[in-house]
Amino acid sequence: MYEHDVIVVGAGGAGLRAAIAAQEEGADVAIVSKLHPVRSHTGAAEGGINAALREGDSWEDHAYDTMKGSDYLGDAPAIETLCQDSPKETIQLEHWGMAFSRDDDGRVSQRPFGGLSFPRTTYAGAETGHQLLHTMYEQLVKRGIKVYDEWYVLNLAVSDEEVPEERSCHGIVAYDIQSGEVSGFRARNGVILATGGPGQVFDHTTNAVANTGDGVAMAYRAGVPMEDMEFIQFHPTTLPSTGVLITEGVRGEGGILYNENGERLMFEYGYANNAGELASRDVVSRAELTEINAGRGIEDEYVHLDMRHLGEERIIDRLENIVHLSEDFEGVDPLEEPMPVKPGQHYAMGGVETDENGETCITGLYAAGECACASVHGSNRLGGNALPELIVFGRRAGAHAAGKDLGTAEITTGKRGEWEAGEVDTPVAPGAVRSPDDSAVADGGERAADGGTMAATGDEVVTRAVDAENRRIDHLMTKEDGVQHAEIRSEVQKSMTRHVNVFREKEGLKQALVDLREARERYTDVYVNDPSRTYNTDLIQTIETRNILDLAEAITLGALARDEFRGAHWRKEHQERDDENWLKHTMLSWNEGSPELWYKPVILEGENKTYEPKIRSY
Amino acid sequence: MSTQVPETQETEESEAETETESVPVAQQRRQQRKADRRERVEERERERTEEEAASDENRYHLKVFRYDPEVEGKQEPRFDEFHVPYHKGMTVLDALMYARDHFDSSLTFRHSCRQAICGSDAMFVNGRQRLCCKTQLSDLEEPVRVEPLPHQEVVKDLVVDMEHFYDQMEAVEPFFQTNDLPDGELDEQRQTRENREKVKMSTRCIWCGACMSSCNIAAGDNEYLGPAAINKAYRFAMDEREGSDMKEHRLRILEQEHGVWRCQTQFSCTEVCPKDIPLTAHIQELKREAVKNNLKFW
Repeated sequence: MYEHDVIVVGAGGAGLRAAIAAQEEGADVAIVSKLHPVRSHTGAAEGGINAALREGDSWEDHAYDTMKGSDYLGDAPAIETLCQDSPKETIQLEHWGMAFSRDDDGRVSQRPFGGLSFPRTTYAGAETGHQLLHTMYEQLVKRGIKVYDEWYVLNLAVSDEEVPEERSCHGIVAYDIQSGEVSGFRARNGVILATGGPGQVFDHTTNAVANTGDGVAMAYRAGVPMEDMEFIQFHPTTLPSTGVLITEGVRGEGGILYNENGERLMFEYGYANNAGELASRDVVSRAELTEINAGRGIEDEYVHLDMRHLGEERIIDRLENIVHLSEDFEGVDPLEEPMPVKPGQHYAMGGVETDENGETCITGLYAAGECACASVHGSNRLGGNALPELIVFGRRAGAHAAGKDLGTAEITTGKRGEWEAGEVDTPVAPGAVRSPDDSAVADGGERAADGGTMAATGDEVVTRAVDAENRRIDHLMTKEDGVQHAEIRSEVQKSMTRHVNVFREKEGLKQALVDLREARERYTDVYVNDPSRTYNTDLIQTIETRNILDLAEAITLGALARDEFRGAHWRKEHQERDDENWLKHTMLSWNEGSPELWYKPVILEGENKTYEPKIRSY
Repeated sequence: MSTQVPETQETEESEAETETESVPVAQQRRQQRKADRRERVEERERERTEEEAASDENRYHLKVFRYDPEVEGKQEPRFDEFHVPYHKGMTVLDALMYARDHFDSSLTFRHSCRQAICGSDAMFVNGRQRLCCKTQLSDLEEPVRVEPLPHQEVVKDLVVDMEHFYDQMEAVEPFFQTNDLPDGELDEQRQTRENREKVKMSTRCIWCGACMSSCNIAAGDNEYLGPAAINKAYRFAMDEREGSDMKEHRLRILEQEHGVWRCQTQFSCTEVCPKDIPLTAHIQELKREAVKNNLKFW
């Protein structure tokens, strides 16, 4: 068994920042990640980092924009923390040498982004995430922080108290991909999940193949609720054939969207008469799909994004990466012709429920970055707000886990504060498939094989978790035949993209639940064909697919329950935002395999003012 | 180990899923599942037949290197052949994923972002280091031969051990260092647009290892820092924010026996770099800087 004070799962922006912060507080910290850190998907972020750095801007304005963008489903303490801490954290990156784009006076450049009242998106060309990721990895190397790379985290080691709020996390179980070794990792102070987004739930996504929502699923099964999972951001400008992202920076710099008739659709059809192309992402995505559905799309599939009028010099200076992406992945030279674009899954606003210090309701378990939900983004994230989230909440989670006093959080977690029970009419029962044979092991439905006997020590909790994971792997590896994960994964992705996309209807959502139930049942028969213990990606992907199933179901359940239209969540039968009934977060608890839906109120009271919900128009 | 093995004709891809007799169980659900599965197998078989009936022009022929130290039949390196249905825009990575998901789930390779930024999928494709996700099948001669990166130990199939590459990257103090950081936590260091432009290309490195694998010098001298690590050092040495003391310190690291002077300007690294970084030019510039630096103290 390995042992450290703090263990960080995942090595993207949030994980690296958390590890650095924990070490600065004196903790012995290690990162465990299924990818080498520089392979993390933070590297694909293009646009920039929102930070109120300049004269005329303020954290209060940033907070107002973020709350409005969230369609009043963000929690004020989390939003204000983000906006207050972001300038300091952004300049910290500059002090670490990050290669930001520069103004003539040598200061870091900022540009306009959708939904912002001030051009506060701090950027490094159209490759801000790449620069951020590498800068932070450099700091990790400098500090000699231990990384267990290409170790896949199978599960958390959490104690077995009946009420989740009384449980504590003592470590993790991980699998060394290269050697096949399963080992426990004891965390004396805490475990921080920084596992990123769940894009692989959908088949047209800007996310990496590795973005399978592992951390969210593990925390969920350990008893932490998932929050606001129905809110999925579909980015309006992705390349049709691959889902590769074309940054909002293109529109920030002046890029224009045209339909098949060459009409500037955002204005021509009144989708956003003021902000036009720079309206919030959900608004632009719906506008594009409405055009396509009305027969005004090109090849009935996409619209055009044109930036030729910006001129080659400006494009190369600020958006060069976009020229390469468009040429390499769509065969279109954007200096010569407009780029084809359509909406694609991009970001999950929801995730592991945390407070503004990154702490979950389970003692010693934290989450930060896209996998977490504090909630900063509410029902819709603004462009340029994901990268500051990584560094602000990564740092806070790392410092807190290492013992730093950040003050008492205003956001409550679990059922400690005000909450109400929820109900949703589903065509099939969600949750674990109860099976009489040992396939339940593969399903991961049971928390403890011994039926919940209290483990006396943290070491015992970890050891027991290791035993359970060994049983799961043995089962998957020794099973001779059955279904292969690729088939299940592909069917889930297709159903989700068909039924739980930008436009959502009640019957479609119900169909998705039926499909997911079938997928869960088939998963009890899953097996791993590759018999090797060396670099067995068949095994890893099979386990990831289990996580995808849990997340897909939570997204769909939330979408079915929330009968209103708010932010990224559009319902055909419910075309209005319903503040009377829905100023609340959707919470889903695993509840040992019988998911329980409940709600907790949104916090709109900020430090100095209360945010009054207004009509969100751009 | 070398990846240049003699080619042997191996078995065609086979459907992994086969119907086997299972113990009869009373539960209707299980029966139903079985029936469903049979149906799906039949459907896949149908699809497969249809696909094969399609003309060969719609399929790409791949020869893929296979090796697994612990699986019988794979301990001796071999090439497997896959015939993958082609669609416009299909990349080598797409083809490998298709082969894995439809023909052989044990086919192993690193990949993640699919958009040339994570640097996981550099391989040796038709005799050259390339990033699979940004290599169009239509640009390649058939059969498309996919092998692991040469000059690195093969772990399994197309996966190589990257440890040596990482060690070299970390040997050049690959992190920003300066002696005069502004005091205020909100005070920026200034950097001219020209200076940012100067280091820009060097910051694009995605650590894919293609350059190192293509370099003859690195192949012969295991301690040679190699093009990627030297480029990483260039990124900091040329950054005006670090200051002149730090630049001298960096040049001393690069001047060591296995540093910049080993480069024989063969340009192979520059040719294979998927991010178009002028690696050889950067190495040459550092040589000139090192000479200038030494003359200063002469």
